[in-house]
Amino acid sequence: MSKSKIAGIALLVLAVAVLAGLPLVIKKDSTLNLLVIVLLYIILASSWNILGGYTGQSNLGHAAFFGIGSLVTRQLWIAGLPFALCFAAGGVSAIGLALLIGVPAFKLRGVYFAIGTLALAQILNVTVGNILPEMSYNPAIADYQLVPRYYLFLALTLITIGAGYVFVHSRFGLGLKAVKEQEDAAESLGVSALKHKLLALVFSAFFAGLAGGAFAYYHVSYYLNMPFSPLWTFDPMMMAYIGGTGSVIGPIVGSVFFVIIKELLVLNVGEYHLVIFGTLFILVVLFLPGGLVEAWQKIRRALSHWTRTQHRDMAPTETR
Amino acid sequence: MLESVLQTLIFGILVGALYALAALGLSLVFGVTKFLNVAHGDLLMFGGYASFWVFSLLGLDPFLTIPTTLVALVLIGAIIYRVLFIRMVKLTEETKIKNTLLVGFGLSVILQNLALRFWTADDRGITASYSGVAFTLLGVRFPLVRLASLLTALVFLLALHLFLRRTYTGKAIRATVQDWEAATLMGIDIHRVYFLAFVLGAALAGVAGTLVAVNYSIEPSMGLNWTLKALIVMVLGGLGSITGTLVGGLALGLTESATSLLLSNNYREVAGLVLFILILIFRPQGLFGTKEA
Repeated sequence: MSKSKIAGIALLVLAVAVLAGLPLVIKKDSTLNLLVIVLLYIILASSWNILGGYTGQSNLGHAAFFGIGSLVTRQLWIAGLPFALCFAAGGVSAIGLALLIGVPAFKLRGVYFAIGTLALAQILNVTVGNILPEMSYNPAIADYQLVPRYYLFLALTLITIGAGYVFVHSRFGLGLKAVKEQEDAAESLGVSALKHKLLALVFSAFFAGLAGGAFAYYHVSYYLNMPFSPLWTFDPMMMAYIGGTGSVIGPIVGSVFFVIIKELLVLNVGEYHLVIFGTLFILVVLFLPGGLVEAWQKIRRALSHWTRTQHRDMAPTETR
Repeated sequence: MLESVLQTLIFGILVGALYALAALGLSLVFGVTKFLNVAHGDLLMFGGYASFWVFSLLGLDPFLTIPTTLVALVLIGAIIYRVLFIRMVKLTEETKIKNTLLVGFGLSVILQNLALRFWTADDRGITASYSGVAFTLLGVRFPLVRLASLLTALVFLLALHLFLRRTYTGKAIRATVQDWEAATLMGIDIHRVYFLAFVLGAALAGVAGTLVAVNYSIEPSMGLNWTLKALIVMVLGGLGSITGTLVGGLALGLTESATSLLLSNNYREVAGLVLFILILIFRPQGLFGTKEA
């Protein structure tokens, strides 16, 4: 195992340990709430990335899976079922929706897929708002505790990232990359584009659905169509792009960056954070397709190149 | 019963013409440059605010605010093109559509939040002195403002048609749509053509915004809905033909008003979106009317 890999794993273990230990140290609800939001964004951006980043299919309907997961979980939970069951049902319902819309949606290529999925999510958004217009209250409101909710989000985040890592580094992940590079060429080598895209969609939808379930467990009161809002697609998508699509770490970097920027700017200049974030997103799309992760790699390469040339320049003087 | 059916029909046509105008700019820009500018609805929103402020500060008649709105949107469109879209002119078609879509989303976020800062989230509308006036024919109501809007929309559709058909610049634009490489060889400066198309598209979004402010209301987050409407009309009507855009707009307007008559007003939007998805699925390639389809 290389030195950098060991360092990476050590850093990961440390980060998880710190995150797991935080509720013991921090007693302020506002800090924990902020962390929950970061974790939620990481799950959404990472799960979006599985399809959007690895296959290049811009899914603009990610909110539909988040929404259906939260809707099913919340309604079953209010009906009195044990939460674990409701939570699982939320994830399964997102898979169901993915299978239902996947086959017709993947008939659409490129941009048609993007606007088709956007339209689909909007249909669900409006329809749920029409059928269930009333405010939904958390059934556990009487003895609401934040800490278990934080741990649910933390566990789900780790599972999403871990499963995503395994998924994209499997044989299947290679197929996804092939489909992204050249769909027709991949097909001619016996890689079924539809099968790969469909599985990536199901995978992506499942974790978005579970995130919806966790949201239903966490949020005290909201309108049931709120999780279907297109913002739940656009914000995580921008985070994934800014961090760097097509890598496991990118969406995590993007989500953390988004929340930090937001907190800093809210303190200093008010509500301009989305203007700045939109600008960054455009800059990344235009000039830096690999996002912040790529920028960091470039800087590191430049630095090591620089130190090496420094070394070489100095070498002759030493021997002389 | 017959009266309410007739009324539905008339309202569908009146609103459909507005939808056609809202889609006209998007369709023109996409046809000429292959830029899918999803911030089109946000440009429309800016047009609405431009008219709203001229109307409330100077007290002009709402329809007389159109010239200033046109100028404002031409400027905004020119800046957006020069700063952002000019960088994507040379991409291959598929990458170009995808990247302009993403840049459009970023732009939409920026414009929406700027509007929110400048003008707050309040709903605003333009109410003219004659806003309540309507005349009745065969038991069907014809609101004066809506008729004037229909007329405005038709004037702009016709004006664009004449511009593209009768002028030398219009001919250059059409040549670029047909084959940009051949057009370049014939000495057409396609950068100028792209710029012109983009700016015209922004201006047309602006006028549509004026009409939306007069007929409905405007607020900073309205952009996405209007972008979707414009996309639906563009897909319904096929690309590159002004008649097609008008037909698409009327089809959407009639679908919506029929839905609110038969089902409920709450499902107007859904009906248009369902129609949109059905067409996307059953005519996967031919939607935007490309030659390869």
